[in-house]
Amino acid sequence: MSSVILSHQLANGMVLVGEPIQSFESAAFSFLLPAGCCHDPSNRAGLAALTSEMMLRGAGPRDSRTWVSDLENLGVERGESVGVAHTTFYGATLRDNLAPALGLFADLIRRPHLPADQLDAGRNACLQELRTIDDEPSHKLMIELRRRRYPDPWGRSSHGEEPSLRATTIEDVRRFYERHYRPGGAILAVAGNFDWRRLVDLVEQLFGDWQPNDIVEPAGTNGRLAGNHIPFQSSQSHVGIAYPTIPYKHPDYFQAWAAVGVLSSGSSSRLFTEVRERRGLCYTVYASLHTQRDRASVLCYAGTTAQRAQETLDVTISELVRLGEGIEQSELDRLKARIKSSLIMQQESTSARSGALARDWYHLGRARSLDEVSVLVDQLSAESINTFLGKNPPRDLLVVTLGPEPLEVPVGIS
Amino acid sequence: MEFRSHRLENGLEIVAETNGDAHSMGVAFLVRAGSRDESDEVAGVSHFLEHMCFKGTPRRSADDVNREFDEIGAHYNAFTSEECTAYYASVLPEYQEQSVDLLADILRPSLRPDDFDMEKKVILEEIQMYLDQPPFGMDDRIKMLHLGGHPLARSVLGTSGSITDLTPQQMRDYFSSRYSADNVFVAAAGKVDFDALVKQVAARCGDWQPAAPARQISSAVSETRFEVVHRPTATQQYVLSLADAPAAEDADRYAAKLLATIVGDDSGSRMYWELIDPGLAETASLGHYEYLGVGMFYTWLACEPDLVEANLARLHRIFHQADADGITVDELRQAKNKVKARVVLSSERPQSRLFNVGGNWLQRREYRTVADDLKSLDDVTLDDLHAVLRKFPLSRYSTITIGPRQEVRRPG
Repeated sequence: MSSVILSHQLANGMVLVGEPIQSFESAAFSFLLPAGCCHDPSNRAGLAALTSEMMLRGAGPRDSRTWVSDLENLGVERGESVGVAHTTFYGATLRDNLAPALGLFADLIRRPHLPADQLDAGRNACLQELRTIDDEPSHKLMIELRRRRYPDPWGRSSHGEEPSLRATTIEDVRRFYERHYRPGGAILAVAGNFDWRRLVDLVEQLFGDWQPNDIVEPAGTNGRLAGNHIPFQSSQSHVGIAYPTIPYKHPDYFQAWAAVGVLSSGSSSRLFTEVRERRGLCYTVYASLHTQRDRASVLCYAGTTAQRAQETLDVTISELVRLGEGIEQSELDRLKARIKSSLIMQQESTSARSGALARDWYHLGRARSLDEVSVLVDQLSAESINTFLGKNPPRDLLVVTLGPEPLEVPVGIS
Repeated sequence: MEFRSHRLENGLEIVAETNGDAHSMGVAFLVRAGSRDESDEVAGVSHFLEHMCFKGTPRRSADDVNREFDEIGAHYNAFTSEECTAYYASVLPEYQEQSVDLLADILRPSLRPDDFDMEKKVILEEIQMYLDQPPFGMDDRIKMLHLGGHPLARSVLGTSGSITDLTPQQMRDYFSSRYSADNVFVAAAGKVDFDALVKQVAARCGDWQPAAPARQISSAVSETRFEVVHRPTATQQYVLSLADAPAAEDADRYAAKLLATIVGDDSGSRMYWELIDPGLAETASLGHYEYLGVGMFYTWLACEPDLVEANLARLHRIFHQADADGITVDELRQAKNKVKARVVLSSERPQSRLFNVGGNWLQRREYRTVADDLKSLDDVTLDDLHAVLRKFPLSRYSTITIGPRQEVRRPG
C-alpha cells in the first residue's frame, strides 16, 4: 500500500492533491468547490443546487451538447453533488484522457455560460428532484433529522424548497457563481495513473490565472425546527436518532468512529444483531458517523412496520445506552479486520482514493496515506475506545420519526 | 490474468480469473435458482432461502456465520434474481480458505423452523419497506403485462401472502431440487490461488449430490399492453416500459447494449436531451437486460404527474424515430467510447471482475477477457444496430404507469 501523496498550492489558493498509482489504467479526480448550500440565502433555498445544475449547460467554447459529447468521447464517467459546504464535480477516465478531461472541467468551473434561456429547464430539474424525495420516506426522514440536529445552515438539505426555487432568477445564479466558485478553498484531488510534474503544469495552466476573491462565511440564520414527528402516509414507520460526537479533525476521531463501528459495521455488529437478527424487527437498521469540519453526529436509522416501531425504538435506544458502557476486545478485533480489508480495497479504486484525498484535505489541511490510516487503526485498543466512551457516552439523543403515528420517546431523551 | 477452470466428479464447476497483481480476491457460489424456477405456491422461496442460508448450519449458528465473516473482514452479501442466487465475499487473499469454508457451509443450511419464522418477519418487513417506494412492484407487473405467463415474469420477492403461507417443508423440497452439485458453481477473481481453491471446494462440496434439475428455457410471446395503477400517496408519476430485445445467448447483445446507450443512457442519450436536460423528467433511461431465452429493453421514467402524457408521447416518438430513421455514425462512436471506458474502469476491481466471470459462466458457460469485451464492442457496426431494431423494434412495447394520476391516456 505504499504510495506517495503529493500536493501543490497555486498562488491563488487552490490546492492540488495527487496520489500517482501506476498499476492502474485509469485516473480519477474529485473537485471540491466551496459553493455548498450553507451559502443559500434564506429566501433562496436550493440556489447552490440550481447553480450546479446550470453549470452543466454550456461552458467555454462549447454548448452543453458539445461539452457532454466531448466528455463522453473521452470515456469520462462523471457526477456532481451539492453538500452543505461544497459542490463537488468528480469523474474517472482512462489515463490518456485525464488531461483533456480536466480541460473540459476547467471550462465548466471557470467559464460556464449560465444561460438565461435554460433557467426554467434547470429549475424544473431541481424541482423534480425535490419532489422525488417525498417518495423515499427513509431519505426524507434523514433530511429532517439532520435539519433538527445541526444549527442552521449546517443541517440543510441542498435540495431547497419549492417557493424559493421558483423565485430564483438567473441573476441570483450568476451572483452565487461569482461569489462562491473561487480558487480559495477549492481542492482538486487526483488518483491513479498520471505523472505528477505534468499534472502540476497542466493545473497551473488551467487554473493559475483564476482570480481569487474574498472568502464568504455562511451566516447562521434560522432557529431550530419544532416538532419531532413528521406525519406521513406510509406502511412503515421510520425512526431516526441523532447524538453529538467529535468531527474527523479531532485527535480522538478514530475512537469515536470505531465505537460506531461496533454498533453498526458488519452483520455481527450490535444493532444488526439485536434489532434485526434476534428480533426480526426490521430489514434496515444502521448507525453512521456523519462528520462536517467543525461538528459531527452519529445518525441512526431504522424502518419498521408501525405496530413494531415502538419496540424498535426502545431496543435501539437501549443499545446506544449499552454502548456507553463499553465494548469488548473481540468486537474491536472484528472491526479492525473489516477496516483493514476496506482500506486495501479502497486502494483498488481510483475514484474512492481521489474522493478520500479531497475530503482529507478539507478536514485536515493535508491528506493521509492508507499506510498512515492503517497505523491509526492499529493503535486502537478496547481500552482507548472505552476511555473515550466513558467520557463521551451517547447522550442528548434526538429522536425524529416519520410515519402514520408518533412514538413515545423515553423520558430524559430528546 | 489467467483463466482456470475445474469440474469436480459430482458436476460442481469452479472457474476463476486469477490476477497476481490484485490486492484482494472475490469468491462467489452461484446457484441456478431464481424466481423463474418457482411456482405460485412457493413464490419468493428462492429469495427467502437466500436469507435462511445465513441463519445457521449444523456447524454454525447464525451468530457464528455473521461473526466469522466479520472476523476475516469480508465484504460479503447475497442476492437473488430471476435466474440466480449468488453468495459472495470479497476478502484479502490470506482469507481465501476461510471464505470458501463459510460460503460452502452456509449453502447447506439447517433451515430450523424457529429461524424460519423469525426470518419470515424480516422478509415481510422488506416487502413493506418497498411498498413505501411507489414504483415498487411495478417491475414485476410490467413483466407480467408484457410477457404474460412466462416464468421470467415471476416476482423475486413474492407477495406478503405467498411468504406468509410458505412452510419450512416447501423450502426444504425446493432446496433439495436446486442446491445440488450440478446446479451450483464457484467463481473467483483477483489474487486467487486456484490450485488451493479446487482443493478447498472439493474438501467441502465433494460429497454434494447431483440432482439433474431442469429449467424451462423458452422464448416469450410478448404483447403490447398499457396499464394505469392509481397510487394516491405517491408524489411523482412513474413509467415503466418493456420491449423485446436480444437474449443472453444472442450474439447481437453487444449491439443491443450500444443501442440502449444511444437511446437511453443516463447522460448524453436521446432520452437525456429530450427529457432530462429540459427538466421534463427526473429520470428517464433505457437499459438492456439479458436472460436465458429472453431479452428486454427496459425504460424507466419518473416525472411530475401533470407531465406524464406529454412525456409518454416523447418516449413514443423516440422509439418510432429510432426504428424508422436509425442511428448515426457519431452516436455509435460516442457510445462505443463511453461503454468501452466503463468496461476498463470497472475491470480494475476484483469484485466487478468476479461478477463478470460469474455472469458469463452462468449464462453461457464461457469466459471472456476484458479485451474480448472491448473487441466485441468495437466490432459492432451501424448495420448491426439497425438489424437489432428490425428484429426487436423499440416501438413495440408495453407500458405501466403508477402515481397520483387516476387516468392516463395511452400515447400514439
